[in-house]
Amino acid sequence: MAQASTTLGLMFILTKLTVVSTMYLLFIQEDKNMKHRVLRLVAVGVAAVLTTFGVAVGNAVAKDKMVIAVPTFLTGGGAPAFGVPARNGTELIIQAINKGQVPAPYNTKGIAGAQVEAIIYDESGGGAKQVTEYRNKVQKLGVDMFAGFVSSGTCAAITPVAEELKTLTVYATCGTPRVFEELDKNPKYVFRTMSHATADGVALAHYVASKYPSANGYTGINQNYAWGQDSWRDFDLAMKVLAPNIKGSDKGQWPKIFAGRYGAEISALLKSPEDLVHTSFWGGDLEAFIFQGLARGLFKKKTFLMSVAGTAAYRLGKKLPAGIVLGSRGPYGIYANQLTDTPMVKWFNNAYVNRYGTQPTQPSYQYAQAILGAKFAYEKAAAANSGKWPSTDQVIAALEGATFQGVATEVRMARSNGHQGVTDHAWGVASFDKELGLPVVSEVMHFKGDCIMPPDGMDSVTWLKGGMKGAKCD
Amino acid sequence: MVQLLLGWFDLQLIFTILTDGLIYGSYLFIVAVGMTVIFGVQRVLNVTHGSFYAFGAYLAAYLGGIWYEHELPDFGGFVIIFLAAIVVGVFFGILIERGLLKHLYGKDEHIVVLATFAAFLALEGIGLFIWGTDPYFFYQPQMMLGFVEILGMTYDYYNLSLIVLALIISLSIWYFLSRTIWGRLLQAVIFDREVSQAMGVNVTAVFLGTFILGTTLGALSGAAIAPTISVLPGIGVEVVVLAFAVVVIGGMGSIPGALIGSVLVGVVRAAAIHEFPQAEMFVIYAIMAIVLVFRPEGLFAPPAVRKI
Repeated sequence: MAQASTTLGLMFILTKLTVVSTMYLLFIQEDKNMKHRVLRLVAVGVAAVLTTFGVAVGNAVAKDKMVIAVPTFLTGGGAPAFGVPARNGTELIIQAINKGQVPAPYNTKGIAGAQVEAIIYDESGGGAKQVTEYRNKVQKLGVDMFAGFVSSGTCAAITPVAEELKTLTVYATCGTPRVFEELDKNPKYVFRTMSHATADGVALAHYVASKYPSANGYTGINQNYAWGQDSWRDFDLAMKVLAPNIKGSDKGQWPKIFAGRYGAEISALLKSPEDLVHTSFWGGDLEAFIFQGLARGLFKKKTFLMSVAGTAAYRLGKKLPAGIVLGSRGPYGIYANQLTDTPMVKWFNNAYVNRYGTQPTQPSYQYAQAILGAKFAYEKAAAANSGKWPSTDQVIAALEGATFQGVATEVRMARSNGHQGVTDHAWGVASFDKELGLPVVSEVMHFKGDCIMPPDGMDSVTWLKGGMKGAKCD
Repeated sequence: MVQLLLGWFDLQLIFTILTDGLIYGSYLFIVAVGMTVIFGVQRVLNVTHGSFYAFGAYLAAYLGGIWYEHELPDFGGFVIIFLAAIVVGVFFGILIERGLLKHLYGKDEHIVVLATFAAFLALEGIGLFIWGTDPYFFYQPQMMLGFVEILGMTYDYYNLSLIVLALIISLSIWYFLSRTIWGRLLQAVIFDREVSQAMGVNVTAVFLGTFILGTTLGALSGAAIAPTISVLPGIGVEVVVLAFAVVVIGGMGSIPGALIGSVLVGVVRAAAIHEFPQAEMFVIYAIMAIVLVFRPEGLFAPPAVRKI
């Protein structure tokens, strides 16, 4: 890192000197002899070429340290459910990468030989603050890349800035499809290493159509901002295609985010005739809603479809309502811990539990997945570069359209010109296992990424409204 | 005719809206009354109120967690709620009033608001330092009371008891202000601080006592709500905004105003949730805007007397 900064600084100073010298020789110095002027100009040109060459040589040598900026929620309502598990997953994977302890295919020390330093910083404070933080990390600290971001709002704010500053940025968790469907249709520097939120709604609709074909309808309670609205929209549109006989309510509930009190909403849900209730609540809102609903017998009267309940499952323990349909935004968290038997998941789960005394949840897996994506891309690019440290463009070329192994699942960068990841998904029903002392899932169904993500080049809403043509669900 | 009217109205819906509205209104009143008391006496718009709410909730959840972990008697959770409120209220009441506000009396109200806002941010950081980012759960008092079915709708006793708590608080404050000598002294200070001081009233002690009362009420609201929520960083932020809206609607410093304003907001919001769910966020601030347009001083605040 220090070496890269020094090289960049030297290049900047030499370039300035070259430009100033050229101006002086050509236009300021009072030498009427054209031959002298041309000779001097050639000399300066040679110096400039040598300077550039020298810098190029400096870039091509191996690096001993790289810096990854890792934004996640360290304060505020998003910290317990997302930020802290994400930070833990990041610390764990980076320490293991540096020591060469990650199972194959990642069992080499560091990333392309460089030890990794993570700058984990707070994602709280909204888009404007995060853009400033991002610029600071790039322009003042000269970080090599970013890996992280939980909030869809932050990702929406950061995307154009990442492209402007030409900085490799790998989104780990944020779900909005708008990143590549509206904001950055021709991405270069921005990647996302997991499926976007449309996959959650479509996979859930498949699950409902399969498991609850005789349900009399569904309603919803979602936070009134982008995440809640998009989640409901995708699920609702997918249900219209996959289970048109199960009707959706037009009286879904829309409390504001972090409202914390849901008495009237619970009354409205109890009064509603629909059997099923969809919610994308997360964090403290989800936990408060569950406590208030439990106290009124809500979960005995309705079947809840909770798209991110996996983030709260271990914290709630036996207070997690039995019988809810539980999502983890992919085969992460509880699904990986309980059902995935690969050496990678076994190692990650054991190391996480030993270090933090609790089970890893979806953000732990998703952040580790993004870091592994970076390791994969840098090492692939370095190998193609005769073992020398690759340029950002070479890393981008290596990651575009690639397939790599995450912690819990394979990631195919198969959408949006190879910048949007496609992963499998899983849904099941939660209960508490008294013998294990842990929540568990049963009646699990797995869904292929190509079945639940829109085909390449098509936006989510068009695809859903058009009957999800091109989905490969065999 | 009566049958026709009954057929016209969905009685269960009306009952549900009123009950939901009263429960939410009680919550708003419990949250806002401390802020109103402090503003009414000291003319301090106290943003640190959100911190007292958060610290009350955190201390109750922390102590409650230890209590139930050791399988001690269930009713202890209710004692902890009041104990946490008193400890937080007295400690922070003295700390903030003596350490900060006493240096700002007589200064411009904007400066006082900014100072309490700074203290609020500092206390948020201190809270994070003490309690960390993990959520604290204290659901046992809510769960142990169970629920009741009324007109086909289930309500939990704990949330219904918030209505009783709000009534007890409002009646106690009314009794204190109008039936005790200390309350009359307080009213005298509210009416004219200088004349009260000239008549021998210890205004400093009145201010400190009032601030501790307001702080304790703020902490009590947090401690009482803790069993129904996940106690985590940032819970005080939303509360400040809500409390401020209620205080403005009812009239700055008016306790009856805070009560009526809370119930009004609660019932209108409940009606919106049942009939027009998309308008839920809008109604609280719509009521606030309408009140400010037609009665800028709030529903129940007396017109301000200008001293010459």
